[in-house]
Amino acid sequence: MRRHLPVLVTTAVFVAMFVACSLQYPNFASTRVVANLLTDNAFLGIVAVGMTFVIISGGIDLSVGSVIGFTTVFLAIAIEHLGWPPAVAFVVVLVLAALFGAGMGAVIHYLEMPPFIVTLAGMFLARGASFLMSTESIAINAPLYAEISSTVIRLPGGGRLTLIAILMLVVVLAGAVLLHATRFGANVYAPGGSRASTEMMGVRVGPATIRIYLLSSLLAGLSGIVFSLYTSSGYSLSAVGVELDAIAAVVIGGTLLTGGYGTVFGTFIGVLIQGLIQTYISFDGSLSSWWAKIATGLLLFAFIAFQQLSVGLSRRGRRMAGVTAP
Amino acid sequence: MTLRQPHSGVPQIIALLVILAVNWIVSPQFFDIRLQDGRLFGSLIDVLNRGAPVALLSIGMVLVIALRGIDLSVGAVMAICGAIAASLADSHSLPVTLAAALGVGLLCGLWNGILVAGLGIQPIVATLILMVAGRGIAQLITEGRIVTFTDPALAWIGGGSIVGVPAPVAITAVMLLVTLLLVRGTALGLMIEATGGNERASTLAGIGTRAMTIAVYVWCSLCAAMAGVIAAADILGADANNAGLWLELDAILAVVIGGTSLFGGRFSISLAVLGALIIQAMNTGILLSGYPPQFNLVVKAVVVMAVLLVQSPKLAGLSAALRRRAR
Repeated sequence: MRRHLPVLVTTAVFVAMFVACSLQYPNFASTRVVANLLTDNAFLGIVAVGMTFVIISGGIDLSVGSVIGFTTVFLAIAIEHLGWPPAVAFVVVLVLAALFGAGMGAVIHYLEMPPFIVTLAGMFLARGASFLMSTESIAINAPLYAEISSTVIRLPGGGRLTLIAILMLVVVLAGAVLLHATRFGANVYAPGGSRASTEMMGVRVGPATIRIYLLSSLLAGLSGIVFSLYTSSGYSLSAVGVELDAIAAVVIGGTLLTGGYGTVFGTFIGVLIQGLIQTYISFDGSLSSWWAKIATGLLLFAFIAFQQLSVGLSRRGRRMAGVTAP
Repeated sequence: MTLRQPHSGVPQIIALLVILAVNWIVSPQFFDIRLQDGRLFGSLIDVLNRGAPVALLSIGMVLVIALRGIDLSVGAVMAICGAIAASLADSHSLPVTLAAALGVGLLCGLWNGILVAGLGIQPIVATLILMVAGRGIAQLITEGRIVTFTDPALAWIGGGSIVGVPAPVAITAVMLLVTLLLVRGTALGLMIEATGGNERASTLAGIGTRAMTIAVYVWCSLCAAMAGVIAAADILGADANNAGLWLELDAILAVVIGGTSLFGGRFSISLAVLGALIIQAMNTGILLSGYPPQFNLVVKAVVVMAVLLVQSPKLAGLSAALRRRAR
């Protein structure tokens, strides 16, 4: 119970916010709003799942926003200018993204450099590469794109669950299974707790690190595909700053930024909370969009302060129980 | 483990000279400097002038990084302080405007410092809060518009000159001098290095690490506030969305190029400023050579990777082993 307190708090905050919104706007509590919430935040949800793995392992990935931008431009050029079938372009871009992430993971592990600066270089590189391909916004008119965006599951109450929203839910589920029920997942938690003891336990940290960053970039690539489906275009400046939204979602979701603790479900709720703030602001109409940033900042602060407090309390509790603190 | 040599700065100076030489090859009039209306003009002056905001940021950032911290909020602080300066400039006198802008910068630094040193939150996360919220606050101040002003006194900070030297360059030079005197003229620099190396040991040795950490974050935000005022004065307005955008990354890059390790400890303020100039000289060079400015990011990425390779503890160990064998 105590272990799941941060996720429970996050979920309670989300439910409370949703109820408050619904009380103020009777139209709010509808499948339409919920379905749009999922669709509008599908790309963020997917990329945040990858970020959860990275942060639990004690790292950080600043390159994901740029990878999304790169993916959208690559897809636009491959499909529109080179005439590739979209499916081929999807596979190629996912392979590229995965290789990119594996490369960053390898640099982080073998050169023992801080993930912060390595992924910062990755961020420059991916954004620069997308600028080099095209600085203009390219519309994608492939029939598959129109087909995918018109395929929806109609929910009772007028909600339209799009394919990209379903894809996000699938990624969240798959991510949760991968993190909580596989050996790889256990290996993700281990170095976040303590790298030295992880190595002593016999976990091979190198391959795990490479796989974690590979997964993060792969999901960023997938998120880029979703983003290009969502906007039907490719633009080198798209998804600037998404890495911050993803990190914020992970933190609000109760994952410890020092690593070693966190859940995919919490991150999912963190994404929904951010989406809810945006939805509320658009419902209100008179509030300006910059309030979203301030509200997100405040939420971040509240959750980090809460984490700090609970970690401090649990340490004190352990000390009282006679166990030496680490 | 042998004690690392103090920073000589030779690689950084060579790098800057090489880049300047390349710029000169690309554009033969690169080193031409002329005096016009009592102010120096020329590409070289331009490098100094355009590099001033990042150089200012790097002065504060190097101290934060030496403490094993990082300040992601400097870009947002620039936006906030620029917005304040621009919106007060036409209705208040210059001292009031400056005091307000720098005062808010001080508060931002205090916030960061208390989160890091008081609550013990990781620096990346603690400053992330202000990074996310700060731009919103700046937009709140400008009410989402681009605020412009006409006050010549504030405009002078961006476009004026003192004995021919552009004002931003002069301000940066003074700030560098003051910081050097404060940090290297006293034992403060040594204490910062000690704290960055091992905070617990330093506390036990009697260094007031908590107060010092807060002071360093305040200094960093103060530098950012100045950079924000300069950036606003330069364009005669404040753009809450784009002022100082991604400059925190440039500042961190400048510090890393300057040879200060992200793992804290030994640092060099002058070399961090030199790093800022190296970045700006590259930017200017790419512009002069007629390549699209998009190349900037790719070049930066390559530079980061090169510096990383040089700084990597693994590679350092390898080269030390090779040298020992050669002996």
